[in-house]
Amino acid sequence: MKFGVVVFPGSNCDVDCYHAAKVVYGQPTDYVWHETSDLSAYDCIVLPGGFSYGDYLRAGAIARFSPVMQAVAEEADRGKLILGICNGFQILLEAGLLPGAMRRNDHLQFRCETRHVRLENNRTAFTHLGSLGQVSRLPIAHAEGNYYIDEQGLAEIKRHKQIVFRYCDEDGQVTAAANPNGALENIAGIINRRGNVFGLMPHPERAVEDISGNTDGQLVWTSILKWWEARHA
Amino acid sequence: MYKAKIWITLRTGILDPAGQAVQKGLHSQGFVGVRDVRMGKAIELLLDAENEHEAGNLVRETCERLLVNPVMEDYTFTLEAGA
Repeated sequence: MKFGVVVFPGSNCDVDCYHAAKVVYGQPTDYVWHETSDLSAYDCIVLPGGFSYGDYLRAGAIARFSPVMQAVAEEADRGKLILGICNGFQILLEAGLLPGAMRRNDHLQFRCETRHVRLENNRTAFTHLGSLGQVSRLPIAHAEGNYYIDEQGLAEIKRHKQIVFRYCDEDGQVTAAANPNGALENIAGIINRRGNVFGLMPHPERAVEDISGNTDGQLVWTSILKWWEARHA
Repeated sequence: MYKAKIWITLRTGILDPAGQAVQKGLHSQGFVGVRDVRMGKAIELLLDAENEHEAGNLVRETCERLLVNPVMEDYTFTLEAGA
Protein backbone atom coordinates (compact mmCIF):
# COMPACT_ATOMS: atom_id res chain seq x y z
CA MET A 1 0.00 0.00 0.00
CA LYS A 2 1.50 3.30 -1.05
CA PHE A 3 1.43 6.26 1.32
CA GLY A 4 1.93 9.93 0.45
CA VAL A 5 2.71 12.26 3.33
CA VAL A 6 1.98 15.84 2.32
CA VAL A 7 4.50 18.44 3.47
CA PHE A 8 3.31 22.03 3.85
CA PRO A 9 5.60 24.87 4.88
CA GLY A 10 5.33 24.53 8.65
CA SER A 11 4.37 20.85 8.85
CA ASN A 12 6.28 19.19 11.68
CA CYS A 13 4.73 15.75 12.13
CA ASP A 14 5.48 14.71 8.57
CA VAL A 15 8.59 12.82 9.71
CA ASP A 16 6.62 10.89 12.34
CA CYS A 17 3.96 9.92 9.80
CA TYR A 18 6.59 8.91 7.28
CA HIS A 19 8.38 6.88 9.95
CA ALA A 20 5.18 5.07 10.93
CA ALA A 21 4.19 4.18 7.38
CA LYS A 22 7.65 3.46 6.00
CA VAL A 23 9.69 2.09 8.88
CA VAL A 24 7.18 0.68 11.35
CA TYR A 25 4.78 -0.77 8.76
CA GLY A 26 7.24 -1.24 5.88
CA GLN A 27 5.06 0.43 3.24
CA PRO A 28 6.35 2.39 0.25
CA THR A 29 6.01 5.99 1.35
CA ASP A 30 6.87 9.36 -0.17
CA TYR A 31 7.00 12.87 1.15
CA VAL A 32 4.84 14.98 -1.15
CA TRP A 33 5.57 18.71 -1.38
CA HIS A 34 2.48 20.91 -1.16
CA GLU A 35 3.02 22.22 -4.70
CA THR A 36 2.37 18.76 -6.16
CA SER A 37 -0.82 18.56 -8.17
CA ASP A 38 -0.99 14.83 -8.88
CA LEU A 39 -1.51 12.32 -6.06
CA SER A 40 -2.89 9.50 -8.19
CA ALA A 41 0.05 7.22 -7.28
CA TYR A 42 -1.00 6.97 -3.63
CA ASP A 43 -3.48 4.68 -1.89
CA CYS A 44 -3.51 6.71 1.31
CA ILE A 45 -2.73 10.40 1.60
CA VAL A 46 -1.71 11.71 5.01
CA LEU A 47 -2.03 15.37 5.98
CA PRO A 48 0.27 15.59 8.98
CA GLY A 49 0.29 17.82 12.04
CA GLY A 50 2.20 21.03 12.45
CA PHE A 51 1.65 24.71 11.85
CA SER A 52 1.20 25.08 8.11
CA TYR A 53 1.79 28.71 7.12
CA GLY A 54 2.36 29.54 10.77
CA ASP A 55 -1.35 29.07 11.50
CA TYR A 56 -1.77 32.67 10.25
CA LEU A 57 -5.37 33.82 9.89
CA ARG A 58 -6.77 30.46 11.09
CA ALA A 59 -5.17 27.04 11.47
CA GLY A 60 -5.28 25.40 8.04
CA ALA A 61 -6.89 28.39 6.31
CA ILE A 62 -4.02 29.12 3.95
CA ALA A 63 -2.82 25.55 3.47
CA ARG A 64 -6.17 24.63 1.99
CA PHE A 65 -5.32 26.73 -1.07
CA SER A 66 -2.06 24.88 -1.70
CA PRO A 67 -2.06 23.21 -5.13
CA VAL A 68 -1.91 19.80 -3.46
CA MET A 69 -5.32 20.32 -1.85
CA GLN A 70 -7.04 20.26 -5.25
CA ALA A 71 -5.39 16.87 -5.79
CA VAL A 72 -6.45 15.73 -2.30
CA ALA A 73 -10.06 16.64 -3.14
CA GLU A 74 -9.82 14.73 -6.44
CA GLU A 75 -8.42 11.60 -4.79
CA ALA A 76 -11.05 11.85 -2.06
CA ASP A 77 -13.65 11.89 -4.84
CA ARG A 78 -12.12 8.72 -6.22
CA GLY A 79 -12.48 7.05 -2.84
CA LYS A 80 -8.83 7.11 -1.79
CA LEU A 81 -8.15 7.14 1.92
CA ILE A 82 -7.33 10.57 3.31
CA LEU A 83 -6.03 10.82 6.87
CA GLY A 84 -5.75 14.27 8.46
CA ILE A 85 -4.02 14.43 11.81
CA CYS A 86 -4.13 17.55 14.02
CA ASN A 87 -3.21 20.40 11.63
CA GLY A 88 -4.16 17.99 8.84
CA PHE A 89 -7.63 17.71 10.39
CA GLN A 90 -7.85 21.51 10.61
CA ILE A 91 -6.94 21.76 6.91
CA LEU A 92 -9.62 19.21 5.95
CA LEU A 93 -12.19 21.30 7.85
CA GLU A 94 -11.08 24.54 6.20
CA ALA A 95 -11.16 22.83 2.81
CA GLY A 96 -14.72 21.65 3.44
CA LEU A 97 -13.74 17.99 3.00
CA LEU A 98 -15.03 17.46 6.55
CA PRO A 99 -17.86 19.44 8.21
CA GLY A 100 -17.40 21.93 11.06
CA ALA A 101 -14.60 24.21 12.23
CA MET A 102 -11.88 24.39 14.84
CA ARG A 103 -11.85 27.05 17.55
CA ARG A 104 -9.11 27.87 20.02
CA ASN A 105 -9.03 25.61 23.05
CA ASP A 106 -11.54 26.93 25.58
CA HIS A 107 -8.79 27.48 28.20
CA LEU A 108 -6.56 29.18 25.58
CA GLN A 109 -3.62 26.91 26.39
CA PHE A 110 -1.60 24.67 24.16
CA ARG A 111 -2.08 21.12 25.44
CA CYS A 112 0.58 18.47 24.94
CA GLU A 113 -0.33 15.32 26.85
CA THR A 114 -1.74 11.83 26.56
CA ARG A 115 -5.53 11.58 26.52
CA HIS A 116 -8.10 8.80 26.43
CA VAL A 117 -10.45 8.49 23.50
CA ARG A 118 -13.41 6.19 23.01
CA LEU A 119 -14.10 4.52 19.70
CA GLU A 120 -17.57 5.57 18.55
CA ASN A 121 -17.55 4.00 15.10
CA ASN A 122 -15.62 0.84 14.29
CA ARG A 123 -17.14 0.40 10.85
CA THR A 124 -14.64 2.60 9.07
CA ALA A 125 -11.51 1.84 7.04
CA PHE A 126 -9.52 3.59 9.76
CA THR A 127 -10.90 1.83 12.85
CA HIS A 128 -12.48 -1.50 11.91
CA LEU A 129 -9.97 -3.52 13.98
CA GLY A 130 -11.21 -1.83 17.16
CA SER A 131 -14.30 -2.66 19.15
CA LEU A 132 -17.08 -0.20 19.78
CA GLY A 133 -16.46 1.71 23.01
CA GLN A 134 -12.82 0.67 23.10
CA VAL A 135 -10.69 3.14 25.04
CA SER A 136 -7.29 4.14 23.61
CA ARG A 137 -4.58 6.39 24.98
CA LEU A 138 -3.34 8.83 22.37
CA PRO A 139 -1.06 11.87 22.47
CA ILE A 140 -2.54 15.27 21.72
CA ALA A 141 -0.61 18.49 21.05
CA HIS A 142 -2.65 21.48 19.94
CA ALA A 143 -4.03 24.91 20.80
CA GLU A 144 -6.94 24.75 18.37
CA GLY A 145 -8.80 21.50 18.88
CA ASN A 146 -12.07 22.91 20.10
CA TYR A 147 -14.34 21.36 17.49
CA TYR A 148 -17.47 23.25 16.55
CA ILE A 149 -20.41 22.54 14.29
CA ASP A 150 -23.88 24.09 14.36
CA GLU A 151 -26.87 22.21 15.74
CA GLN A 152 -28.13 21.07 12.38
CA GLY A 153 -24.66 19.91 11.34
CA LEU A 154 -24.26 18.01 14.60
CA ALA A 155 -27.55 16.19 14.08
CA GLU A 156 -26.39 15.39 10.57
CA ILE A 157 -23.00 13.91 11.55
CA LYS A 158 -24.67 11.91 14.31
CA ARG A 159 -27.27 10.51 11.94
CA HIS A 160 -24.54 9.33 9.60
CA LYS A 161 -22.34 8.00 12.42
CA GLN A 162 -19.52 10.35 11.46
CA ILE A 163 -18.17 10.81 14.99
CA VAL A 164 -15.31 8.31 15.25
CA PHE A 165 -13.51 9.27 18.48
CA ARG A 166 -14.62 11.13 21.60
CA TYR A 167 -12.40 12.23 24.48
CA CYS A 168 -13.22 10.20 27.58
CA ASP A 169 -11.77 9.22 30.95
CA GLU A 170 -9.86 5.97 31.46
CA ASP A 171 -13.10 4.10 32.06
CA GLY A 172 -14.57 5.29 28.80
CA GLN A 173 -16.91 7.86 30.32
CA VAL A 174 -17.37 10.89 28.10
CA THR A 175 -17.27 13.70 30.68
CA ALA A 176 -16.51 17.42 30.72
CA ALA A 177 -13.42 16.72 32.84
CA ALA A 178 -12.10 14.36 30.15
CA ASN A 179 -12.44 17.03 27.47
CA PRO A 180 -9.03 18.63 26.90
CA ASN A 181 -10.10 21.58 24.75
CA GLY A 182 -13.84 22.29 24.97
CA ALA A 183 -14.69 20.38 21.79
CA LEU A 184 -18.40 20.05 21.19
CA GLU A 185 -19.62 16.73 22.67
CA ASN A 186 -15.98 15.76 23.29
CA ILE A 187 -15.47 15.16 19.58
CA ALA A 188 -11.87 14.16 18.82
CA GLY A 189 -12.24 12.75 15.31
CA ILE A 190 -14.81 12.62 12.51
CA ILE A 191 -15.14 10.97 9.13
CA ASN A 192 -16.94 12.05 5.97
CA ARG A 193 -20.18 10.40 4.98
CA ARG A 194 -18.54 8.25 2.34
CA GLY A 195 -16.09 6.94 4.92
CA ASN A 196 -12.78 7.67 3.18
CA VAL A 197 -11.77 11.04 4.66
CA PHE A 198 -10.90 10.93 8.35
CA GLY A 199 -9.64 13.72 10.57
CA LEU A 200 -8.61 13.57 14.22
CA MET A 201 -6.78 15.79 16.68
CA PRO A 202 -4.85 13.02 18.53
CA HIS A 203 -1.64 11.68 16.98
CA PRO A 204 -1.80 7.93 16.25
CA GLU A 205 1.59 8.18 14.47
CA ARG A 206 3.24 9.00 17.80
CA ALA A 207 2.01 5.82 19.46
CA VAL A 208 3.01 2.91 17.26
CA GLU A 209 6.23 1.61 18.84
CA ASP A 210 7.04 0.15 22.26
CA ILE A 211 9.95 2.53 22.58
CA SER A 212 7.54 5.47 22.80
CA GLY A 213 5.71 3.78 25.68
CA ASN A 214 2.35 3.62 23.92
CA THR A 215 1.19 1.58 20.94
CA ASP A 216 -2.51 2.45 20.95
CA GLY A 217 -2.07 4.39 17.71
CA GLN A 218 -1.60 1.09 15.90
CA LEU A 219 -5.38 0.75 15.75
CA VAL A 220 -5.61 3.40 13.03
CA TRP A 221 -2.57 2.29 10.99
CA THR A 222 -3.26 -1.44 11.05
CA SER A 223 -6.93 -0.85 10.27
CA ILE A 224 -5.93 1.12 7.18
CA LEU A 225 -3.48 -1.57 6.06
CA LYS A 226 -5.88 -4.48 6.60
CA TRP A 227 -8.69 -2.59 4.91
CA TRP A 228 -6.56 -2.05 1.84
CA GLU A 229 -5.12 -5.60 1.82
CA ALA A 230 -8.61 -7.07 1.92
CA ARG A 231 -9.37 -5.17 -1.29
CA HIS A 232 -6.10 -5.59 -3.13
CA ALA A 233 -4.43 -8.79 -1.95
CA MET B 1 -8.10 53.28 -4.43
CA TYR B 2 -10.10 52.26 -1.40
CA LYS B 3 -9.10 51.25 2.06
CA ALA B 4 -11.25 48.51 3.54
CA LYS B 5 -11.30 47.89 7.27
CA ILE B 6 -12.64 44.46 8.02
CA TRP B 7 -13.70 43.37 11.48
CA ILE B 8 -14.06 39.63 12.09
CA THR B 9 -15.63 38.16 15.24
CA LEU B 10 -16.80 34.77 16.38
CA ARG B 11 -20.47 34.33 15.55
CA THR B 12 -22.94 35.30 18.23
CA GLY B 13 -23.51 32.39 20.57
CA ILE B 14 -20.08 30.86 20.01
CA LEU B 15 -18.05 30.96 23.19
CA ASP B 16 -15.16 33.41 22.95
CA PRO B 17 -12.58 32.18 25.50
CA ALA B 18 -10.11 34.97 24.76
CA GLY B 19 -12.84 37.58 25.31
CA GLN B 20 -13.83 35.92 28.58
CA ALA B 21 -10.23 35.92 29.81
CA VAL B 22 -9.94 39.64 29.02
CA GLN B 23 -13.27 40.32 30.73
CA LYS B 24 -12.03 38.57 33.88
CA GLY B 25 -8.87 40.66 33.71
CA LEU B 26 -10.93 43.84 33.46
CA HIS B 27 -13.15 42.78 36.37
CA SER B 28 -10.10 42.08 38.50
CA GLN B 29 -8.99 45.66 37.75
CA GLY B 30 -12.29 46.93 39.09
CA PHE B 31 -14.07 47.45 35.77
CA VAL B 32 -17.09 45.55 37.01
CA GLY B 33 -19.41 47.36 34.60
CA VAL B 34 -17.91 45.53 31.61
CA ARG B 35 -20.69 43.10 30.74
CA ASP B 36 -19.10 41.30 27.82
CA VAL B 37 -15.89 41.25 25.81
CA ARG B 38 -15.68 39.91 22.28
CA MET B 39 -12.26 39.54 20.70
CA GLY B 40 -11.81 39.57 16.95
CA LYS B 41 -9.47 40.26 14.10
CA ALA B 42 -8.99 43.54 12.28
CA ILE B 43 -7.75 43.36 8.71
CA GLU B 44 -7.04 46.32 6.44
CA LEU B 45 -6.94 45.98 2.67
CA LEU B 46 -5.83 48.56 0.16
CA LEU B 47 -7.85 47.97 -3.00
CA ASP B 48 -7.72 48.92 -6.65
CA ALA B 49 -11.37 49.52 -7.45
CA GLU B 50 -13.25 51.95 -9.70
CA ASN B 51 -16.04 52.69 -7.26
CA GLU B 52 -17.43 51.83 -3.88
CA HIS B 53 -19.72 49.15 -5.27
CA GLU B 54 -16.80 47.33 -6.88
CA ALA B 55 -14.65 47.74 -3.76
CA GLY B 56 -17.44 46.32 -1.58
CA ASN B 57 -17.81 43.31 -3.84
CA LEU B 58 -14.08 42.72 -3.74
CA VAL B 59 -14.07 42.81 0.07
CA ARG B 60 -16.96 40.37 0.28
CA GLU B 61 -15.20 37.99 -2.11
CA THR B 62 -11.96 38.05 -0.12
CA CYS B 63 -13.89 37.44 3.09
CA GLU B 64 -15.92 34.58 1.73
CA ARG B 65 -13.00 32.94 -0.02
CA LEU B 66 -10.32 33.16 2.66
CA LEU B 67 -10.46 35.79 5.38
CA VAL B 68 -13.56 34.52 7.20
CA ASN B 69 -14.65 31.03 8.14
CA PRO B 70 -18.44 31.28 7.89
CA VAL B 71 -18.91 28.19 10.04
CA MET B 72 -17.86 30.16 13.11
CA GLU B 73 -17.19 33.78 12.17
CA ASP B 74 -19.08 36.92 11.14
CA TYR B 75 -17.62 40.04 9.56
CA THR B 76 -18.38 43.67 8.93
CA PHE B 77 -16.38 46.24 7.01
CA THR B 78 -16.09 49.91 6.19
CA LEU B 79 -14.68 51.55 3.07
CA GLU B 80 -12.71 54.74 2.81
CA ALA B 81 -12.24 56.32 -0.62
CA GLY B 82 -8.96 57.75 -1.87
CA ALA B 83 -6.95 56.25 0.94
